[in-house]
Amino acid sequence: MRIPASFCMTVAVLAMAWASPAAAQTVKIGLISSYSGPGAAQGDQVDKGVKLYMKLHADKLPPGVKVELITRDDTGPNGDVAKRVAQELIVRDKVQILTGVVWTPNMAAIAPLTAEAKVPFVSANASGAKVVGMSPYMTRLSFTLCQSAYPLGQWAAKKYKRAYSAVSDFAPGHEAEGCFVRGFKEGGGEVIGTVRIPLANPDFVPFMQRIKDAKPDALFAFNPAGKQATAMMKAYGDLGMDKANIKYLGTGDITTDEELQGMGDAALGVITVHHYSAAADRPANKAFVAAYKKEYGADLNPGFMVVGAWDAMDAIYTAIRAQGGKIDPDKTMEILTHYKSTTSPRGPVSVDPATRDVINPEYLREVRKVGGKLANVELETITNAIKDPLKEFEKK
Amino acid sequence: MDALLSSLVSVAFHGVAYGMILYVISVGLSVTMGLMGFTNLAHGVFAMAGGYILVSALSRFDLPFPLALALSFVLVAAVSVVLERLLYARLYGASELEQVLFTIGLIFMSVAVARMIFGTLQQPVELPESLKGPLALFGREFPIYRVFLIVFSSSMIAVLWFGVERTLWGAMVRAAVDNRAMAQAIGINTKRLFTITFAVGSGLAGLGGALGAEIIAIQPTYPFEQLVYFLIVVSVGGMGSLRGPFVAALLIGVTDTACKYWLPQFGAFFIYVATIGLLLWRPAGLFGKSA
Repeated sequence: MRIPASFCMTVAVLAMAWASPAAAQTVKIGLISSYSGPGAAQGDQVDKGVKLYMKLHADKLPPGVKVELITRDDTGPNGDVAKRVAQELIVRDKVQILTGVVWTPNMAAIAPLTAEAKVPFVSANASGAKVVGMSPYMTRLSFTLCQSAYPLGQWAAKKYKRAYSAVSDFAPGHEAEGCFVRGFKEGGGEVIGTVRIPLANPDFVPFMQRIKDAKPDALFAFNPAGKQATAMMKAYGDLGMDKANIKYLGTGDITTDEELQGMGDAALGVITVHHYSAAADRPANKAFVAAYKKEYGADLNPGFMVVGAWDAMDAIYTAIRAQGGKIDPDKTMEILTHYKSTTSPRGPVSVDPATRDVINPEYLREVRKVGGKLANVELETITNAIKDPLKEFEKK
Repeated sequence: MDALLSSLVSVAFHGVAYGMILYVISVGLSVTMGLMGFTNLAHGVFAMAGGYILVSALSRFDLPFPLALALSFVLVAAVSVVLERLLYARLYGASELEQVLFTIGLIFMSVAVARMIFGTLQQPVELPESLKGPLALFGREFPIYRVFLIVFSSSMIAVLWFGVERTLWGAMVRAAVDNRAMAQAIGINTKRLFTITFAVGSGLAGLGGALGAEIIAIQPTYPFEQLVYFLIVVSVGGMGSLRGPFVAALLIGVTDTACKYWLPQFGAFFIYVATIGLLLWRPAGLFGKSA
């Protein structure tokens, strides 16, 4: 016997109607991340950060308020899919707050939906400079590339005269190159060459040989962490560029904590600027890393994407607490954009109400061996609070 | 002048080394696809398996490097015999489309399995100290591992070429590929022959993945990401030839390296331009038999 579809629908609608009064104080949060495809390693970090935070903070919610997390896969840097799953989350699952998103183009694709449906979105990773400005219901608790590349350029100019920039040929790479070059030149350094390396590239040696033959004092590198960054560092080591007195510099993206052990000794001595290191000795970070290892395994280190997700959830929980579990979109945005925390694993972090973008601390770090394992050891605090320099340049 | 000469030397060296890497990861495919005529897009699966065997043998079981390399050949070859008997053998006579669909399906399954077992992060290769760092030769420094790759792959092609062109086994394989019915009629056990040849091809893929693991990272999407390079090498080299893929890999390696060194802004697409150009000039590949 075939049951008519309309009958099924009616039953489903009735079931939902009955179920809803009991769940009146449930806040629905939609998490969009990459669970499959080439970005699954990154998506996994965001997922772990969100779930770990929820597990450890279940008792920090107002009495009677529950949080329900609904996850969706955007399959990688794929705006169309991100937009579709965001629409499903908003229309069908009726989520009140959205978070997650590894990739900037995905965040851009979601922007119009958040504005139209008035669903606040907190970026846990996507870091393209301009994308937060695309919807009044978007804010960010991750980072922008310029926040690390620009101060790194300024710092490097004090120590090195001639620099060469080598970045992966995609939008974040171009952003990193621009900000480093600007900082380095403002500090009085000379950039003797720049090269953009294709993303699908199995062999870095020819590019690195070219750089070695140009004899710079420092090499600024940016690639997506993992196999690209590792391959480039290996080429640096294999060609003996360290012995040719070329210092390897980069944003923290090239030595992320979760990938660092897989990079091997090629990474030793690399200097980076970034907002987060798993090796930082702040008490908040030590507790965070211990909780992460307890949950996911002693061999794993949380990377900056776990922290981005963790802090995004902390901001969201702050908004839920302040409203007693009844989410009003505009009030939520008001709370999110005035979010401030001193207990984040990364140190002091806040949101700039004017741009709705994150204000980060930045640290100078070097890859060293600590207890036989590679770690991003923080050498000094470059700044306790830096706004996205790109947006600041535009104001001038 | 000195500077130009020395950059010529390094481009030639790095180009040959890169060509060897391309050859090493594609050599198995030049057997299964080039020689046996099976469109085995899942070649990368065997290469990835070899890579995982190598890194696990080195880091978890502390085996010496040569033994780990041998294991990556033997284990992959052994598993491939099972796969060949159960799955591949049914599709020897099938159309190319069916072979493509089947092997693509295998890739999807292997990516999921690799992710489940090893996670999404890339696996570190712990090379022995003697293969790390630079080696000084003629006043320039060359990475030792790449020197080792050049020597090792050259001997591998020599052995393979000898096996196919100069031994009875090679003659039987060539006969069976050209005309299977006739080969059977004169008493060659083609079923067993193909199983052995497939195992050798897959074992070589595993060995290639293991040798290349230091340069081309082993992680779950490996079979997809490297597929285009395998196919370029085999199609430019020409089907049905062992020499072809070797020459093609060297040619592509050297020209691609030269382009990246002198004209880095074109580095992204030169390899594809070269492939299209070569295939327009010789549609059957450099050493392919024209149909």
